[in-house]
Amino acid sequence: MSDNTVIIHIIDREGVQHDLEAPTDMNMNVMEVCRSYELPVEGRCGGMAMCATCMCYLESDHELPEQSDSELDMLDEAFFVEDNSRLGCQIHINDDIDGIVLRLAPEGN
Amino acid sequence: MIETDIIIIGAGPVGLFTVFEAGLVKLKCHLIDSLPQPGGQLTEIYPKKPIYDIPGYPEVMAGELVDKLLEQASPFKPGFTLGESAVTIEETDDDQFIVTTNKGTEHKAPVIMIAGGLGVFEPRKPPVEKLADYEENGVEYIIRDPNIYQGKRVVVAGGGDSALDWSIYLVENNIAKELSLVHRRSSFRGHLDSVQKVMDLADKGDIQLITEAEVVGLNGNGVLNSVEIKHKDGSQITKETDHFIPLFGLKPTLGPIATWGLEIEKNAIKVDTRDYSTNRPGIYAIGDVNTYEGKLKLILCGFHEGTIAVQSAFARIHPDKKNVLKYTTVNGVNGFE
Repeated sequence: MSDNTVIIHIIDREGVQHDLEAPTDMNMNVMEVCRSYELPVEGRCGGMAMCATCMCYLESDHELPEQSDSELDMLDEAFFVEDNSRLGCQIHINDDIDGIVLRLAPEGN
Repeated sequence: MIETDIIIIGAGPVGLFTVFEAGLVKLKCHLIDSLPQPGGQLTEIYPKKPIYDIPGYPEVMAGELVDKLLEQASPFKPGFTLGESAVTIEETDDDQFIVTTNKGTEHKAPVIMIAGGLGVFEPRKPPVEKLADYEENGVEYIIRDPNIYQGKRVVVAGGGDSALDWSIYLVENNIAKELSLVHRRSSFRGHLDSVQKVMDLADKGDIQLITEAEVVGLNGNGVLNSVEIKHKDGSQITKETDHFIPLFGLKPTLGPIATWGLEIEKNAIKVDTRDYSTNRPGIYAIGDVNTYEGKLKLILCGFHEGTIAVQSAFARIHPDKKNVLKYTTVNGVNGFE
């Protein structure tokens, strides 16, 4: 594995875990990485935190940066929200999230 | 019957710019959009967000880009059917199309350009069992006529501006007999004024605020008579009501586009990149709604696609006329009378 890659673990809606290599030097986020691997993440708004089709649940104990107002606004209106809900498009790929485990939220947002 | 040269389905940035390009070759356009205003996603979803990849604009607000596109198109006097969604496409004996909206407005033209973006905006429906069974029988997602709530018990769900504003409206105008506002969190993120007003009305007992709670079930015998509300702590109450109005914004769906006999791949319309035509002659698809090898969903690319498609449309509408590319710098922009 190169220096510029981390591994993120995505559990899909069937419960299958996908271990994805994600580049840290491409300014990508979790939603984009999932789409590049053709996982079923819609990302309808393109990553503006204005839909919740990339919502996932944080299942590892990684400390993520505080959520922005726009993410909290969206989660306010989203369905299937839990305390550990995050928008995939707001999680940036960097060394801090190496080994993170995220479960995709149900479809319907 | 509205008659034109090109019916453009979708009044977003790509549809608007296509009006300009069509106007340069003297083709008239009429746009249909399910939203009440032009601009598509730019106006509906992110009017105050900056866009940085429009050539010549280092930074432009989405709403401002729409204003500029409308200004650019205006010499060519486009027609608009707004707040209506195109539902059916029929072909006539004289090689024309008739596009009919959900409200029955008919449009006729020899060419259709689908610039439908992500599709038709529809209300977001919460995942509550049997919700569909009560639509129009106590469940409404859009308040069309506030008077139907006169003297009724109403449960509104949602935490955004529309949930707050409608709750205030239905109470302050003495319409609803009883109004409960259910929201999943303890705080609201709408405009501060609206939040304060709702709090004041709740203090007076005019609005019953039920926070950290969600509507999880509906009861009734064909017609809604109560909702099940589950609190975050696990407790559940049954609340008698005549109406349940979930207000969670809008989301786009491909909708009727999928029923028009067009080749669909990954929720988008497949096109021939020579002219962005679909498998149905005379129907083109441009912008985010189409797909082809190497497709990029960018406004910039949609502008290109619309421009190319117009040339092909011209050849279809005027098979005997010669057409050469003219530069606006040389000829200026000669609008329609």
